[in-house]
Parts: sequence; C-alpha cells; structure tokens
Amino acid sequence: MKSKSISLAILLAVALIASGVFVRGHRVHAAAEGKITGSVKLSGNAPHMRGIDMSKDPWCAKQHANDPAHLETEVVGSGGGLENVVLYISEGLPASAQSEVPSQVPVFDQKNCMYTPHVLAMDVKQTFKVITSDQTTHNIHPLPNPMTGNIPWNQSQPPGAPPIEKSWKAAEFIPVQCNIHPWMHGWFAVVKGPYAITDGNGSYTIENVPPGSYTVTAWQEQLGTQTAKVTVAAGASATADFTFKGK
Amino acid sequence: MRRSLLKWLLLTSAAAVLALPLMCTAQLTMQDIDTRLNMESHIGNITGHANSAVVKYDYRRYCVGCHGEHGDGNGEVAQWLDPPMWPKPRDFQLGIFKCRSTPTGTLPTDEDLYDTIARGMDRSAMPQWSQFTKDQRADLVAWVKHFSPRFATEKPGTPIAIPPEPEITAERIKAGRDVFARVQCWKCHGVTGEANGPSAPTLTDDQGRPIAPFNFTEGSRPKCGDTDRDIYRIFMTGLDGTPMPSFADNIKPDEAWDLVFYLRTLMKPNSKEKEIAKQLKLQPVSSNPGQ
Repeated sequence: MKSKSISLAILLAVALIASGVFVRGHRVHAAAEGKITGSVKLSGNAPHMRGIDMSKDPWCAKQHANDPAHLETEVVGSGGGLENVVLYISEGLPASAQSEVPSQVPVFDQKNCMYTPHVLAMDVKQTFKVITSDQTTHNIHPLPNPMTGNIPWNQSQPPGAPPIEKSWKAAEFIPVQCNIHPWMHGWFAVVKGPYAITDGNGSYTIENVPPGSYTVTAWQEQLGTQTAKVTVAAGASATADFTFKGK
Repeated sequence: MRRSLLKWLLLTSAAAVLALPLMCTAQLTMQDIDTRLNMESHIGNITGHANSAVVKYDYRRYCVGCHGEHGDGNGEVAQWLDPPMWPKPRDFQLGIFKCRSTPTGTLPTDEDLYDTIARGMDRSAMPQWSQFTKDQRADLVAWVKHFSPRFATEKPGTPIAIPPEPEITAERIKAGRDVFARVQCWKCHGVTGEANGPSAPTLTDDQGRPIAPFNFTEGSRPKCGDTDRDIYRIFMTGLDGTPMPSFADNIKPDEAWDLVFYLRTLMKPNSKEKEIAKQLKLQPVSSNPGQ
C-alpha cells in the first residue's frame, strides 16, 4: 500500500517535470513556432505626398538638393504595397509569449533631417536606440500619453551626439517629433509580443509565433487599424493579407 | 477667395487631426483623485498633507481659477489665456513639469514644486505666491501631487549633480560661446539670444499650442529661476512639456558652467560676464553649422 503511494508520487513528479520541460521547450525549440506572413495594400490611387521645404535649415536642404524629401504618412510602393504598417497579435497570445522581450535593439536614425525608419516598431520593454547621422542639432521628443505609463521626454542630439537608449513600459503608438525641424514626425509603435512592419512592397512576416489562433492587427498612422483571424500550426506559416481603402 | 477658404479649412482640419494624439489631456474623476488624499510632501523637516484642513480652502481661493477643480488646467480663467503670450495653466494630472532638478522624463522633487509656487512663472499668469507660510506651501505641494496617479506609483528622479560654480574668466566665456555654437542653441534662441532663430516661429508645446523660446535680451527672468544654478539646471534637465530639450548627454558639467557665463553676456542686466564680453569684443556665433 505504502509502496504503491510512493510510486504514484514518483510518477506524478516525473509527469510534472516532463510537462515543465515541455512548456519550457516550447520557447527553446523554434521548430514548434510558426509565422504569420502576408501583404498590406492600399486600394485606389496613392495619395500625393507633399514635398518638404527644408530651406530654414540650409544643412538639411543641401542633403536633399538633388532628391527632394516628401512626407511619409502614406508610402505606397509597386503594386499598391503600403510601407510602414505595423502588424502585431492583438488577441490570443499566451501570457508566456507576451512577456518575452526580444534582445535585438531596433535603431531610429535621424538622417538627412528625416526619421529612418519613419515608424519604429518594438515590443513593450524592448530596448531601442536613437542615433543621429546629421551635422545639425535635433531634439528627439516623443509624446506618449503619460496616463498609459509611458512618460514623455525630450533630449537634444547635436552633431556627433552619443546614442540614446530607452524602452517603453506600455503598448502605445507614440508620435515623435523634432521641434527644431517641424517637418520631422515619426512613430514609436510599441506593441506586446511578436510584431512586424511592412517593407517597401507592403510585405511582412511575424516570426516566432507559437501555434494557436489569433487576431492580427494592422496599424497605419493615417488609415487606422484592420484585423484578421489566423490559425498558426506548429512550425507552419499562416497568411493574413490586408487592404486599406485610400481616402 | 473660395479657394483660399477651402485651403484654410483643409489645413485647420488637418492640424486638428494631427493634434489629436498630442491632446492627451487626462480626465480623471474626482473619485479617482480622492483616492490619493493621503499624499504627503517633504520639504526639509516640514511635512505637507493633501488632507490638511486649510489646503482645500487655499487651492479653491488661489489656484482653482486657472488650474481647475480636477487640477487639469481647465479652470474658468484658462480659456482667456492665449499662448504663446499667456501659456495655459499646467495640467497637474499628467505629472509633467517644466521646472525640475531631475532629468527629463522624471517626476520633480517636492522641493522643485515648492520652489515653483514661491517663484511663480515669469511671462505667464502664475504669480509669485510669497504670502503663503511654509506649511501652507508644503500642503499645496502635496495637493498638486495628489491630482496625478504618477506620484502614487513613481519616485521622483535623482536631482542632477551641479559642481561648485567656478570663477568667471574670459577663457570660460569664450568656451561657453563655443558650446552655444556647437549644440546650436541659436536654432531657436537666435545667434544674439533674441528668440529669433530659424526654428522659433514653428515651436509648439506638447499639446500642440504655440510657444516662444526665451528671449535673453529683453530683461525678463528665465521661467525656472534666475540664479546661475537655475540657468545651469534649465538646459541640463530641459523644460518638460515644451520644445526645450535636455542637453545632459551632450554638455559636460564643466562646460555647462562655461555656457551659463556666456548666456549671461546675452542677458540684459549688467554683469561681470557682460563686461568681459565687451572687452573681448565678442561677436555673435555664426548660424552656419560648419563654423
């Protein structure tokens, strides 16, 4: 009787450890994780992106002497592909995948008096870097809503300034601006869990998605959000395409 | 005529849409604010209490007209204050303050708020509240803090270290002029400090309202104090909520004193720095960044 209960306890312990290994292995074995890929398009004609007059800062203007800069609020590539759309999993992500923070450090560059990239996507609590490649002073001034837990700050970056490393506490689409160069507007897209951003053709791939059923949200700074349902099988790729209606 | 009206309409509606995410004016209920009535402030050996018998009365009598019942800066009078000439009252709910001894993006210390109440805000509707006793002022600091949930969950930043003020020398003033040129203060403040830099006309605060850079030459006091240490602090911490950034990462503590001395040469009141600049026949910096 006694030996029976002991063996039961051992069996239970083994089962517990095994399940623990399984859950942990979930994160370690990338093979089990799938991905979500697709494209984001704009229907209708691409809107006109106004040219930017940088004459107030001759250094900025000189960088664009042969190639005038344009606003980047809706950048449309070949075949109507929308660039700078942020894709993330808005529903269905297990807590373990939500709390994982990527170790890569996304970089936001102030280059030729423009933000490169125009939209920088990142995870909550992920470290990102702000650098300047310019020979003119910028101030980098993100404007989150302090009620979300993200606190605004405002730092200068004169020529040759060291990089600024920061992170954000909460998911939020944060506008960022340079007060010195009023045409400089960009975004820090802070989301929870795996994310992706569309390239010049409107294509994207969200990597490291654990198997499951999800709602994927596509966010565009002017056109708002769209959602799609996807199911990701272990090690497989699911597809979600989006079309935003041009205004 | 019609065309220009249409253009104007389009522009204003576009501006309104753009300004939306910036208008993060918080609207907390009185119920939520009241959960923080146990807020305290600590000024030296004085402890201020948000639930003191007099502070509610003081706030109603002296502050509510501008800062509002909910501390959101929407008091009755606020609508008559037109920026940039008359900056709008602070929204205490956001917990974002111009005058801090702490780094950008952090909460001010209790002393910072205490000093601001006594100092007032030059070129604004905020007077110097010198008639309050120290206890009244400490209670008001606790009261101001209780409007924002941030003071219940975050600690204030660590005040920046300010080395002792060195002796004013011609070398330091010249070095300060180099700092002024290098970090490009003139982009907003102008090469002569007359607030007429190329970026001055388009400056806006965090709520998208027009705001003017400080004019060094007309004799007014800087917003966050007029001592050398105050001026040092202003550009090393930045004035949060405004376009004025922190330069802490780009100006070394010793250089910061050089810059303070150079800024004095641009300011209207007579000073030792101004005398030396005259002897040196110091010229304004060039607005060409290459020089």
